Amino acid sequence: MSALKIKKGSSSHSAYDLRDPNADVVESHTLACVVDNEAGVLARVIGLFSGRGYNIESLTVAEVNHEFHRSRITIVTSGTPQVIEQIKAQLGRIVPVHRVHDLTVEGASVERELALFKVAATGEQRVESLRLADIFRANVVDSTLNSFIFEMTGTSEKIDAFADLMRPLGLVETARTGVAALGRGPEK
Amino acid sequence: MKRQMTGAKMIVQALKDQGVDTIFGYPGGAVLPIYDEIFQQNDIRHILVRHEQGAVHAAEGYARSTGKPGVVLVTSGPGATNAVTGLTDALLDSIPLVVLTGQVPTFMIGTDGFQEADTVGITRPCTKHNWLVKETDKLAETIHQAFHVATEGRPGPTLVDIPKDVQFAKGTYTEPKTANVANYQPSMKGDVEAITAMVELLETAERPIFYTGGGVINSGPAASQLLCEWADAANVPVTSTLMGLGAYPASGKNWIGMLGMHGLYEANMAMHDCDVMINIGARFDDRITGRLDAFSPKSTKVHIDIDASSINKVIHVNVPIIGDVGHVLEDALKIWKARGRKTNAEALSKWHAQIDEWRARRCLSYINSDKIIKPQYALQRLEALTKKYDRYITTEVGQHQMWAAQFLGFEAPNRWMTSGGLGTMGYGFPASIGVQVAHPDALVINVAGEASWLMNMQEMGTAAQYRLPVKQFILNNERLGMVRQWQELLHGERYSHSWSESLPDFVKLAEAFGAKGILCTDPADLDDAIMEMIEYDGPVIFDCLVEKHENCFPMIPSGKAHNDMIMGEADTSDAIGDTGAVLV
Repeated sequence: MSALKIKKGSSSHSAYDLRDPNADVVESHTLACVVDNEAGVLARVIGLFSGRGYNIESLTVAEVNHEFHRSRITIVTSGTPQVIEQIKAQLGRIVPVHRVHDLTVEGASVERELALFKVAATGEQRVESLRLADIFRANVVDSTLNSFIFEMTGTSEKIDAFADLMRPLGLVETARTGVAALGRGPEK
Repeated sequence: MKRQMTGAKMIVQALKDQGVDTIFGYPGGAVLPIYDEIFQQNDIRHILVRHEQGAVHAAEGYARSTGKPGVVLVTSGPGATNAVTGLTDALLDSIPLVVLTGQVPTFMIGTDGFQEADTVGITRPCTKHNWLVKETDKLAETIHQAFHVATEGRPGPTLVDIPKDVQFAKGTYTEPKTANVANYQPSMKGDVEAITAMVELLETAERPIFYTGGGVINSGPAASQLLCEWADAANVPVTSTLMGLGAYPASGKNWIGMLGMHGLYEANMAMHDCDVMINIGARFDDRITGRLDAFSPKSTKVHIDIDASSINKVIHVNVPIIGDVGHVLEDALKIWKARGRKTNAEALSKWHAQIDEWRARRCLSYINSDKIIKPQYALQRLEALTKKYDRYITTEVGQHQMWAAQFLGFEAPNRWMTSGGLGTMGYGFPASIGVQVAHPDALVINVAGEASWLMNMQEMGTAAQYRLPVKQFILNNERLGMVRQWQELLHGERYSHSWSESLPDFVKLAEAFGAKGILCTDPADLDDAIMEMIEYDGPVIFDCLVEKHENCFPMIPSGKAHNDMIMGEADTSDAIGDTGAVLV
């Protein structure tokens, strides 16, 4: 029976509609989740992202209230506005998640990341790396005769910029914490 | 008063305090202390299944037909992994379940012990929430929390993983009322402004429609009552998803049938052309919407859902209302009445006339035969002959499921148990067992295809052991009918592995389990055979040999819009009018 006249490769050959319904502008958002610090809570959060195909650009987590065992998970994610709303709603559904803040839309916020850079260089390059570190207010936290480890705190963009400058000077290894963020002002 | 007891005793006590009367399970090494406690009491009935998947589906059937949570007890490792399909099924269909699994002792976790599996890891994405209990003192409270989470808000399955040493050790029992459940308190009431906006839309709507789903049934019988009251008072046509059948009665004056991929022509056309769509407890599933960018293009959409993540997930809505269907409908009715029960009567009568015109297409028509039983005819006769009974229907998954949804009418909620979201073949038989356990005197029929039914046929042992008179109504086309249909329509009639080879003799199979088998091949014998099935006091396998190549219509192919349906052969081949044609 050929009541259907379907072109080859059309999504009608599938049991699903294969067109992307969210072909829209992709935005980056910083989300902060306050959760119970119980076994498996981080797995629930990241499992949600991998299971539903959302992006994680950076992830930071630590207990912030020892009395009530609350942790703060800061996630930088990207997606269309519809996907971002979905991510927030899905996070809110997880039982040990207390609050979800979208710091990108809830007014001004402060975002900081800590990074460590190991730069192996000698001679003029070694001096240049130290000079640039000074300009970027990076601290030397370890030194050998042919290497430095710089520590720097700042926005992700500032850290990227510093990494770009260090690369030709002998950058061998980088460690970054991912973004920690708080909304400005007195509100919780 | 603080009560000290072993973990195993605590589990049984917690189940009793939660009002549990029945559990479905299968013993094993890691749950022996619990089974020992079950042995020593008579308040909770344990139904021994033949496979853990069967236990979970049976508990789903029990839950769906009673409105109470279903309870499952299985052992560690393979016991838990066998439960995974059922858990996922319950998650997608929002069925409240509490599954208790045994685990190796706490000091052995992580050593790859015998029958060890990372149960909470495996079941994290297929439960609403799960817990591993490491201290006996926390065991009772965790079980109470599991019941709370499973039943509050959008229902779903929860799982509590209990290591064997926690079952043996003594601890303090926590009463349900002192268990800490403050963390999870979903709001039930919808926003009054949004509800008022919905009422305003309905008052002036020219072509309104109620698109109802499983949420109405999950909300409880009161929600169904309120839905009927409002739909009938405001004269709004009602369509429903597969999961919502029965919330509005099939005999009701505003019923326009199921919508979606195999929904009725009139229902899908009304969805496409409506100007105000009120989604009540449904979730814009892809089997419902078809092509998203052509989904109901002219309508203003309202969505009532208790789960905020359902709102704007796939379809953008104009008025979102987050709350329990029952509570929201109660408020909506109050507001609508207080504002003077306004409707746009003139437009509504035109709208109903339009729907009647669509109905006149008689989309469920098929060409009947007096030589071979057509599956649609078998279901029509089943409907006619069982309607007057206290009847519950379960189904497997495939063509028979869609035909059952099209041809059987449901007058009340909780009478129709089917695997909608996950589409689990093998669901229906164990589910019928769970329903029959909950309703011992009712007529419980599983409408099945032979291929689905074979997936959990071991449960014949359970049906026989507990003398559960479940009727297995198998529409046997010796094919994976829906797969075959897709291959015929979309894959050049190349029937890759979609037939049932080496089928058992179902009559002998029934007899081998001490049950009754009935074979029916002739349309003329069908009524007598169905009556024989109904009247037999015990489990029956009804092997109904049907037309092998019948397709299920109407059908919206994936990627097509609601008004782009393919109709049945009876419609397309102009064959209606033949003496054999049966028009519905």
